[in-house]
Amino acid sequence: MATGLNPSYFVALSAALFCIGLYGAISRKNAIAVLVSIELMLTAVNINLVAFNKFLTPEAFIGQIFAIFVITVAAAEVGLGLAIVIAIYRNRKSVDLDDFDWMKW
Amino acid sequence: MVQFALNHAWLVPLLPALAFVIIVFLTRPWPKVSSTVSIAAILSSFVLSSSIAYGVFTNPGFIEKPLVYSLRWFGMEGFTVHVGVMLDPTSTMMLFMVSMVATLIQIYSTGYMEGDPQYSVFFSYLSLFAASMLGLVISSNLLQMFVMWELVGLCSFLLIGFYTFKISAREAAKKAFITTRIGDFGMLLGLLFLQIVFGTLDLTELAQRVPAFEQFGISLGLLTLIAILLFIGPIGKSGQFPLHVWLPDAMEGPTPVSALIHAATMVVAGVYLVGRTLFLFAEVPGAMEVVAFTGAFTALFAATIAVTQREIKRILAYSTVSQLGYMMLALGVGSLSASMFHLWTHAFFKALMFLGAGSVLHALHHKADVWDMGGLIKKMPITGWTFVVGGLAIAGIPPFAGFWSKDEILAVTLEYAKHGHTLGYVLFLMATFTAFLTAFYMWRMIFLAFFGKEKPENHPHESPWNMTFPLIVLAVLAAVGGLIGTPWANWWSRWIHFGQPHHGEPAIGLMLLSVVLALAGIGLAYLLYYKDEEKRTAQELAKRYPTLYRISFNKYYVDELYQWFTRTVVDAGANVLYWFDIHVVDGIVNGLAGITKTSGKGLRYLQTGKLQTYALVFFVAVLVITVVLAFGDPTSAGIMGGGK
Repeated sequence: MATGLNPSYFVALSAALFCIGLYGAISRKNAIAVLVSIELMLTAVNINLVAFNKFLTPEAFIGQIFAIFVITVAAAEVGLGLAIVIAIYRNRKSVDLDDFDWMKW
Repeated sequence: MVQFALNHAWLVPLLPALAFVIIVFLTRPWPKVSSTVSIAAILSSFVLSSSIAYGVFTNPGFIEKPLVYSLRWFGMEGFTVHVGVMLDPTSTMMLFMVSMVATLIQIYSTGYMEGDPQYSVFFSYLSLFAASMLGLVISSNLLQMFVMWELVGLCSFLLIGFYTFKISAREAAKKAFITTRIGDFGMLLGLLFLQIVFGTLDLTELAQRVPAFEQFGISLGLLTLIAILLFIGPIGKSGQFPLHVWLPDAMEGPTPVSALIHAATMVVAGVYLVGRTLFLFAEVPGAMEVVAFTGAFTALFAATIAVTQREIKRILAYSTVSQLGYMMLALGVGSLSASMFHLWTHAFFKALMFLGAGSVLHALHHKADVWDMGGLIKKMPITGWTFVVGGLAIAGIPPFAGFWSKDEILAVTLEYAKHGHTLGYVLFLMATFTAFLTAFYMWRMIFLAFFGKEKPENHPHESPWNMTFPLIVLAVLAAVGGLIGTPWANWWSRWIHFGQPHHGEPAIGLMLLSVVLALAGIGLAYLLYYKDEEKRTAQELAKRYPTLYRISFNKYYVDELYQWFTRTVVDAGANVLYWFDIHVVDGIVNGLAGITKTSGKGLRYLQTGKLQTYALVFFVAVLVITVVLAFGDPTSAGIMGGGK
């Protein structure tokens, strides 16, 4: 283990990644870009999980297993999300989130 | 047999009840079978009652110690109600009288109701009525009596409104039910008071506890209140002023019903109840005076109305109200004996006259106005002559039954007056004047209906045997039924009395007075309505005193007064409540719904449908939660500080 490496780097990276993802998810109008941003946020979480696993409980793999779960779920989620986006696109000829507002009052 | 009957007296009301069930569920499609079942049941009850009467009236022990047996009906902590049988001379007399009159009237009904599409239903109601009335009579406690009391009220309602196609009958049924219910409400309050104060409604126990009422922590005033509340029930049921209005209207029912329920049995239930609870009334002179004055006033009041009525059954109805007033008067002056004696004789002659009226109506196809009748006695000799017997009995001509009982009432009233109740003389005067009026209006009716010239448009015919047979039996009873209570050999008061048996000397003077009054009444009716063939004097009298005539003919406008009261006071109160219901009760409910609706309308604009707005809200919320968790006070009991 490299001596210069301490958890704060990982936390900072993860936080930065999460914020970028959040910004993208909230501000991008393209549905696919939003899905990508959500992936970024999940990745930030995974970094945290693995990093804390490494520093706090190196003898157990809880964090890593959890990260694998998150990756699996994220894959499924993205598959589903893309399917929905495609279905909407077929109906509306658009992937702009501002057009997806027919669930309001 | 006698011992069996005494031990199984509960069978007496049970048999007609059984007949009711059988008719309703089994034999309804076959009218003749239904009436046979009904008559068989009531006849068996009558046989049992006769055996009971034999058993009771041969054993003087029953006077002091009634035969009582009962079962637990229901109960809870500290409160148990029994249902049972109480046999003493009074209830036995009633049992005998009711079952006998009911039997005769059911036989009569087979003729009167012949061909009616509701024939079976009619007999089922008659059976139910007989069951409830007999149950009322033998009740050993007041709650049981009250239940039966309401049941007879129900039967009365059903039977008054029996001709459901007639609006007047339906209205009369409602009127009867509501008016008597008003009385029953007072009675129920009285019963509740009795239960609360004395802890029992059992007649035997109450009779022991009430005289010692001071030990139960109540004053004479409260006891008077209880007695008067209890008396309101009989005012309604027995048609006393001011709740008498339903009884004349009840004549809308079939005539056998009028005879059975509204003359001989149900309406005397009120008198019977007061007689049963006389131990309570005897403690409170104030309540006794109320009873006596209500009775005397009702007697006189109804008699003055009967004088001008035209419908045969209405005259009889007012006469019933008047005679019930006599019975109440007798109770009010403290004589159970005289009251029950009049009840007994009245049942016979009044049932007889009602059945006679029914026979007349049957023959004249329900033409009810006595002025349209005349000379009926020639074509209907049995009906006519039995009716004359009834007329002699109610007018008080010796030796017919009514003379002895009415004379007894006059005698006890006079005695009451002599024993320091100065107001008793007023009662006595009212009663004697009523006796005169009674003779007059009864014989007015008899002369108009049965004597004089025949009307060519009428084609009367004598009724069949099953209608005349009860008339003959009742006529015999109306003639001789009073001989058991003559002042010379007063077998009656030896058995049925309250406190000490009455040992009055035969008051020859009083007897002469009442006979003279009766003869004067009959004589006046004879002059006005028989001798004077054109009835000119009578009509002139009516014209000369138009106000008096109109007041009497319109029954003192009591109905109109009640209607006015309903339209103004009751309707105004109802309107206030209606306003309250619409604006306050509905207002609260609608207001709550309105708040929900408006807030929903406003809040829905938060639902923008934009996913990214929602995501932003999520994020901000998570941020807030995080901040609170990180920096909030962990000991505070807020939502976030709940966990350690």
